Amino acid sequence: MNFRIVKDKLIANVMLILSISSVSFVFLIGIGLYLRAAPLFEEHTLLSLFRGSNWAPSKNQFGFYPFIMGTLSVTLIAIVVALPLCLLTAIYLTEYAKPGIRKVMLPLMNILAGIPPVIYGVWGIFFVVPIVREYIAPQFMEYSSGYTVLTGGVVLAVMIFPILVSIVSEVLSTIPKELKDASLSLGATKWETIKKVVVKRARPGIVAAMVLAVSRAFGETIAVLMVCGNVPVAPTSVFDGGYPLPALIANNFGEMMSIPLYDSALMFAALLLFVIIFLFNLISRIILNRIEHKYSS
Amino acid sequence: MGIKRRKAEETIFKILMVMACLIVGSSLFLIVGTIVVKGVPYLTWDMVSKAPQGGFYIGKEGGVLNAIIGSLYVAGGATVLGLLISIPISIYLNIYLKGGSLLSKSAKLAYDVLFGIPSIVYGAFAFSIMIWLGVRASLLGGVIAVTLLIIPILVRTLDEVIATVPRELKHAALSLGATRWETARVILRQIKPGIYTAVLLSFGRGIGDVAAVLFTAGFSDNIPIYIDEPAATLPLAIFFQLSSPIPEVQGRAYASALILTLIILVIVIVSHILATKHKHKL
Repeated sequence: MNFRIVKDKLIANVMLILSISSVSFVFLIGIGLYLRAAPLFEEHTLLSLFRGSNWAPSKNQFGFYPFIMGTLSVTLIAIVVALPLCLLTAIYLTEYAKPGIRKVMLPLMNILAGIPPVIYGVWGIFFVVPIVREYIAPQFMEYSSGYTVLTGGVVLAVMIFPILVSIVSEVLSTIPKELKDASLSLGATKWETIKKVVVKRARPGIVAAMVLAVSRAFGETIAVLMVCGNVPVAPTSVFDGGYPLPALIANNFGEMMSIPLYDSALMFAALLLFVIIFLFNLISRIILNRIEHKYSS
Repeated sequence: MGIKRRKAEETIFKILMVMACLIVGSSLFLIVGTIVVKGVPYLTWDMVSKAPQGGFYIGKEGGVLNAIIGSLYVAGGATVLGLLISIPISIYLNIYLKGGSLLSKSAKLAYDVLFGIPSIVYGAFAFSIMIWLGVRASLLGGVIAVTLLIIPILVRTLDEVIATVPRELKHAALSLGATRWETARVILRQIKPGIYTAVLLSFGRGIGDVAAVLFTAGFSDNIPIYIDEPAATLPLAIFFQLSSPIPEVQGRAYASALILTLIILVIVIVSHILATKHKHKL
């Protein structure tokens, strides 16, 4: 008897330590990256790192501006492409579609979410790049290689379809039926009810889904790297190449060892991604948890 | 506004919605279709039964067996290691702790956040740990990085699965005098199918990820035998060989892409079937 209790307590302690250490892992990553990036701050101010546009590690010039702009542009394009499509899809699935369509679409989204980034990249190279090069870019300019921020944005947009569709559908389905019935019985059409009651009520959840999708797009590395040209200059049009932060890390990690501060600079890029994505995720998860809590109790 | 105009607006948006749904739904088929069209011509028996021959990046002979085996090792090792860590954690959070406790709440939030951290950050972090420990790019390094990446997936999935077990079961076991650990074992038996789903999900994520293994697993044309040897993985085989100037090497990339896609499709479909089966039983 005693042995059983001792065993129970012993296991409890082991598991407590495992749980606490895994939770503190979030902070460990942050601290670890900061320590490795710290040498960079001795010679450069944060402001000069953000605003500098020269990237020449061998000359001790670390301007992150082009990479930050590269990341922001592909992310922005991805959201602009994906958000309307996914909102309409999610509304259709929760309000109009027959259950059969929902039963097909949601598993499809699961499969899409499971497709590895590198496969998206291959698809980008053989499908999206040629379309941009042959059909879209020629409308606006003489020549484009097709490896542009637009291409990266479109590939990213497809990558965030699953998050947006599944979370927005879930949020929409938490809207109480009584609210919709009240609106319908006052003479509103179904679409008006959706526009003025359902979407309005679901707005915090939709915003949370969007923030999650943005942070996914922010951190996506390989797929974007393969299709967006990797030109270390801030893009000025959607047909320019871009060079997002994660691609910078991935492309240069092997060769950084010999140049001073180079690896600190790359770790700074990782730290930047980590901090932004950490905050975005934290905010959106808190909002989503609150919504779930409100409707489950 | 007249009722006709209001109805017309609804019709227009309905058409837009169906179109959006078609675009979103068809994207999967476009991706898989592209990979199949590119990959099928190169998918031969040699491709899956031989390692590349004639030198990295230029050798025309052989297949991608090295990458297939490397991927299975990395993803398999990481899944086993991840399970050993995440099963105790999810048991502790759900069975030992009360649902509302601060630790369980903050732990769940932490895993939600960790789940969103991109794999390149895990890769960079694991690489720093490896330098610190003096481990060079190898199978071991890849396993460490991928384990970090999949623990949040495992914990979150197990968490959801444990939540489906009726609370009465826990209470009945406890009231019969079982210790919490004995209760946990009863519940573990109940969620076996759920554990399989979690394993498949994290294995799929591990086998497909590039950014985490890019600097940690290295790359080699040989099939790894020891844990400190560099190992190729399928995603990296695609990534590196795609840019080769030699068509045969590029072909290996297309074939690898097809093989990886097929593996992922099988994993996702099997886990979907398992999950629905589990749901019906409850």
